[in-house]
Amino acid sequence: MEYVTILMVFGIALLVGGAMIGLPTLLAPRRATAVKAEPFECGKDLLALPEGRFAIKFSTVAIFFIIFDIEVMLIFPWAVQVRPLGWPGYLAMLVFLGILMLGFLYMWKKGGLEWD
Amino acid sequence: MGLQPYLILAACLFAIGLFGVLTRRNAIGILLGIELMLNAVNINLVAFARYAADPAGLIFTLFTISITVAEVALGLAIVILIFRVRLTVEADHLDLLKG
Amino acid sequence: MSAALVPLAPLLLVAATAGLLIVLDLLPPREGKGHLGVVALAGVVAALAGALTLWGREGRAFGGMLLLDNFAVFLDVVICYAAALVLLLSMDYLRRNGMESGEYYILVLLATLGMMLMAQAADLIVIFLALELMSLSLYVLAGLFRGRLTSAESSMKYFLLGAFATGFFVYGIALIYGATGTTALDRIAAASGGLQRDPLLLIGFGLLLVGFGFKISSVPFHMWVPDVYEGAPTSVTALIATGSKAAGFAALLRVLFSTFKVAQPDWALLLWVVAVLTMTLGNVIAIAQSNLKRMLAYSSIAHVGYMLVGVVAGGALGAGGVLFYLLMYTFTTVGAFGAILLLERGRQEAVELDDYAGLAARHPLLALTLALFLLSLVGMPPTAGFAGKFYVFGAAIRSGYIWLAVIAVLNSAVAAYYYLRVVVYMYMREAEGVPTRPAPSFAGRLALGVALWGVFQLGLMPAPVLDLAQAAVAPLLR
Repeated sequence: MEYVTILMVFGIALLVGGAMIGLPTLLAPRRATAVKAEPFECGKDLLALPEGRFAIKFSTVAIFFIIFDIEVMLIFPWAVQVRPLGWPGYLAMLVFLGILMLGFLYMWKKGGLEWD
Repeated sequence: MGLQPYLILAACLFAIGLFGVLTRRNAIGILLGIELMLNAVNINLVAFARYAADPAGLIFTLFTISITVAEVALGLAIVILIFRVRLTVEADHLDLLKG
Repeated sequence: MSAALVPLAPLLLVAATAGLLIVLDLLPPREGKGHLGVVALAGVVAALAGALTLWGREGRAFGGMLLLDNFAVFLDVVICYAAALVLLLSMDYLRRNGMESGEYYILVLLATLGMMLMAQAADLIVIFLALELMSLSLYVLAGLFRGRLTSAESSMKYFLLGAFATGFFVYGIALIYGATGTTALDRIAAASGGLQRDPLLLIGFGLLLVGFGFKISSVPFHMWVPDVYEGAPTSVTALIATGSKAAGFAALLRVLFSTFKVAQPDWALLLWVVAVLTMTLGNVIAIAQSNLKRMLAYSSIAHVGYMLVGVVAGGALGAGGVLFYLLMYTFTTVGAFGAILLLERGRQEAVELDDYAGLAARHPLLALTLALFLLSLVGMPPTAGFAGKFYVFGAAIRSGYIWLAVIAVLNSAVAAYYYLRVVVYMYMREAEGVPTRPAPSFAGRLALGVALWGVFQLGLMPAPVLDLAQAAVAPLLR
């Protein structure tokens, strides 16, 4: 029951925030013109797409992230059973992490993390 | 609840993924279909493991998840490679090697 | 601890070499990675020697997940031969194409490790992981010539269809696990005796076969083969054609003969049809190809059909014949792709039939070598191809599959046409335009020499190796 207050805080925050975003769309006058639909570019002609070209390096980092992110998942079952597995389990996990670190080192040294 | 609903769910998911792979022309779309197929496998494995009270299935699920992720990462990397060389991700446009 | 790891010695040698290569690749020099190739070759040869010393030993490791028996040793040897020959061929080939890089050698070793794991796996989970280790490495290798669109495209196709097949494969494993409650091969065999007609088990087994069909490229799962073989770097093509096929057959034979022994009449009938379709389709389409890499791709499909004849025949003769065939096919195919890889016309690789016109007049030795490999693929005595076909087809006749053997022999006759056409071009046509020249490469010549030795060793004295192959399948047939 003590969580009810927190829930209420969430509720009020949601209400206020929602109202601030929602009310203008209901009340404010809207007259769309071709000029208004253009992205803001200091009155000049459009130079690039509004969302911009997104750099390929983002995807590289994302790919690296997802791999190392998931490898961590394989550690969880071991962590739950650390004591029953004992030293052999610890050793096996060290080998696993060692291989993982080798891959990480390779990625790092090969410039996979270079931003430019 | 018995085992059957889970198996049916997994079979449906697998079929949806299969449909996606066969009908999509976009490499990313095909990849998504393959993902669905592999996730159907995970549902199956978890359901069987729970039903038989055998942890081996759960461990296998962890392996399939990590392998799946490795596949996705590699797939995206290959898509980027193709995009850089060719500027398309449509599987249909890949017709240099024709039989 | 250390005694328990002895059965894994070949695997550990390859894995350790791969780790060593990762470290070496990070150290200077930044340019010129030729020394990595030598280290990789040393590792594979050491694994080959290690596997040979383990002949006759039996053992299990990692809670029975991995095993060692004569079957695993034989296939480890086949795979190591394939990897070693491919590494020899690669060294100068990569430098010539400006693509010499450390990751190539690392990936070849990781793919080899995956293949050997498939031969030594005693559990469906391990087979799956090994299959993926092999496949993921090969997908990258196929796209290694980054600047070339054909290479990137072949990588993409190989990846999409391979991942698709993986979906079927694991779904099959999941259903088998559900039906029998285990993923260990021997316990599945024990459990499946009682539930032969269990739909879950049957569907699972079928899906597993679909996955294997993709990996060994049997009809109707062969669509990726020609495109991937043509687009991938030729050295990688050689590895895909030999090593990955040997690994696929390793796991397939183990699953069929030791795990699903009870269902043998059923799968033999199914594979009868698949074998006929595979060899016929491969041979018929190969006739129409003017690109040599594409032609060899279809021919490799046809050879999978011949090997399936041995699988259908079953028994020590049939299964042993398949192992013999795999070894002979490895030598012959790596040799044929190796000869293509060494030849270039202008700045291009010589892959078109026209490039080979009149080759015998200017480069008689290389032309003769290529001709001998092609004759081995045809199945002419005294080459290894003849012995391989003789044993496999003979096993089919002994098991009462007369028609299958007849169809296979007819197919071999058809196949002779397109192999001999290349020989005719080399010996009886006049060269036109820019001459085709062999690239200078000592390592490449050494690889061709070893492959040629294998072809004649197996062709002139096949009996000892066949005895070994039959001893190798004995653990499966117990």
